[in-house]
Amino acid sequence: MTLVQVLFILFGLIVLAAAVAVVIVRNLFHAALWLMLVFFGMAGIYVLLEAPFFTAAQLFIYMGAIGILIIFAVMLTRGMMRQPMPRANEQWWLAALLAAVLLGVFVYLILRNVTVATAQAVPENTIHLLGLALVNPEGFALPFEVASVLLVMALIGAVTIVRER
Amino acid sequence: MEFLNRLLAFLANAIVNIGDWIQGLLVNAGLPDPWPLLIVRAIGAIVVGFFPLIVVIFLIWAYRKISARMQGRLGPNSSGTWAGPWGILQTFADAIKMIVKEDIRPQGIDPVPYNLAPVLVVFASVMLWAVIPFGPGGALIGTDLNIGIFYILAFSSAALFIFLMAGWSSNNKYATVGAFRAVAQLVGYEIPQLLAILTVVAVAGTMKMQGIIAAQNVIFLVAMPLTAFIFYMATLAEINARPFELLEAESELVCGYFVEYSGMKFGMFYLAEFMNSVAVAAIFTTLFLGGWRGPWVDVAPILGTVWFLMKMGLVILMWMFIQITLPRLRIDQMLNFNWKFLTPLAIINLCVTVLVNKGITEAFPGGAPAWTRAGILLATNVLLVLIVWGFSALGQRRTQRRMMAWEAAQTAELEVGA
Repeated sequence: MTLVQVLFILFGLIVLAAAVAVVIVRNLFHAALWLMLVFFGMAGIYVLLEAPFFTAAQLFIYMGAIGILIIFAVMLTRGMMRQPMPRANEQWWLAALLAAVLLGVFVYLILRNVTVATAQAVPENTIHLLGLALVNPEGFALPFEVASVLLVMALIGAVTIVRER
Repeated sequence: MEFLNRLLAFLANAIVNIGDWIQGLLVNAGLPDPWPLLIVRAIGAIVVGFFPLIVVIFLIWAYRKISARMQGRLGPNSSGTWAGPWGILQTFADAIKMIVKEDIRPQGIDPVPYNLAPVLVVFASVMLWAVIPFGPGGALIGTDLNIGIFYILAFSSAALFIFLMAGWSSNNKYATVGAFRAVAQLVGYEIPQLLAILTVVAVAGTMKMQGIIAAQNVIFLVAMPLTAFIFYMATLAEINARPFELLEAESELVCGYFVEYSGMKFGMFYLAEFMNSVAVAAIFTTLFLGGWRGPWVDVAPILGTVWFLMKMGLVILMWMFIQITLPRLRIDQMLNFNWKFLTPLAIINLCVTVLVNKGITEAFPGGAPAWTRAGILLATNVLLVLIVWGFSALGQRRTQRRMMAWEAAQTAELEVGA
């Protein structure tokens, strides 16, 4: 086994264990912290895939923005400090069953079309290529512009909502 | 003479040569192939990791000494103690005191996040040093990542949740409120910082740290003073320096998110804060002061490291002067300054600088001379500052007029009532 494989298995285990912990811990704040570990493990997997830009973007956006937002939401949840939280309903077994069925379907679909592809060499200047792809009309110029318009709308909306009248 | 020449040649590139020497020793000792390189790299990583810690010990001493002198006090000194000449060992004494202090655990804390937060906050500060270029070439930088500066942004942004972790797990409402305040400040000031860095990256054409340094034939402080100003202001807030020092504010807000920590756990937050100050000084040096560039670097690469540390020292000194002299802002003033002044200014600055820079590139097909490009960018910056100044003066006058009109209306109302 090469070093990369060992690291991949390590990061994979971290991600999977943390993801399970997110779902099963009773303390909401701890669940949010486990989610941070999931994001961090994903960043590690991006490193192994030789995608430094996605690694940094993962840390920057998922841990720095989305994770913070989730923690804020959790901390502002009413009664969240009361330990342990009472269970809202008794349907956990149904949810577990559904999740298991969904997992089974996914595994079936993946196994049906499984092909082992050999990894292609990662080009040297990935960031340059990414930048070109984002502004290329043949590439991702339209989704990129749509996303930017969406973000500007969100920005203006936020300003409008909080404006003093 | 022969020996002296060889010694000088060795010293001229001392750090790289020492690394090669250790690697040679290990190869001669018969280690199989990947290990010598791996061990040398590991030693390098340890040195880079410990560098900020050692700098911080002396920085805390220097900070206390300088602030004391500026405030007409003596500061750490040797009278009646064993603190050495000028009290230079004071920080060691403080560190030992911190370490041997009793570890007080408040009741009702959440033990794992509570104990993990100080470790993670130092970890995040040390990780920043992996991409700081201490000298020319690939040997004097941890790793010259393609994403260099973005890596630093990513790590400092990902570290934000640690404050929430520390504040929440302390089981103290003031710590929790302090954590909210810290995140509100740090997330807010990340935006102008990011936009300023984006401006630099757009002009340099790369995110690689060595690439940004290579692009500075004229240092960016001269070419883009406005960008440097925005970045500097944002980093002052990011490292919790005095005009924006609302994370700690020891005299009125009792420390904020780490109020429940004591002993070395408190010390680690303090350490991380100082380490971040050194790190942003290094980043400012890299982005705006040309990093290790200076005279005779091509003759003796070790001089690059000297220049880098000297420039970094100047930036740190400037940070200290600001920190010692200025009073604290109120939180609403601080957030207003960010959202209503710094962020719009950074957006306008980014758009204008990128457009002008593209224009210069188009106007000189063979590549613009360094000074021409810097001159045009500087002129744009000055123009931009004048326009912004004019607008803010106009806005101020309008606010004043509105206030006067409001007062007049109040007076009239009172008279009618009477």
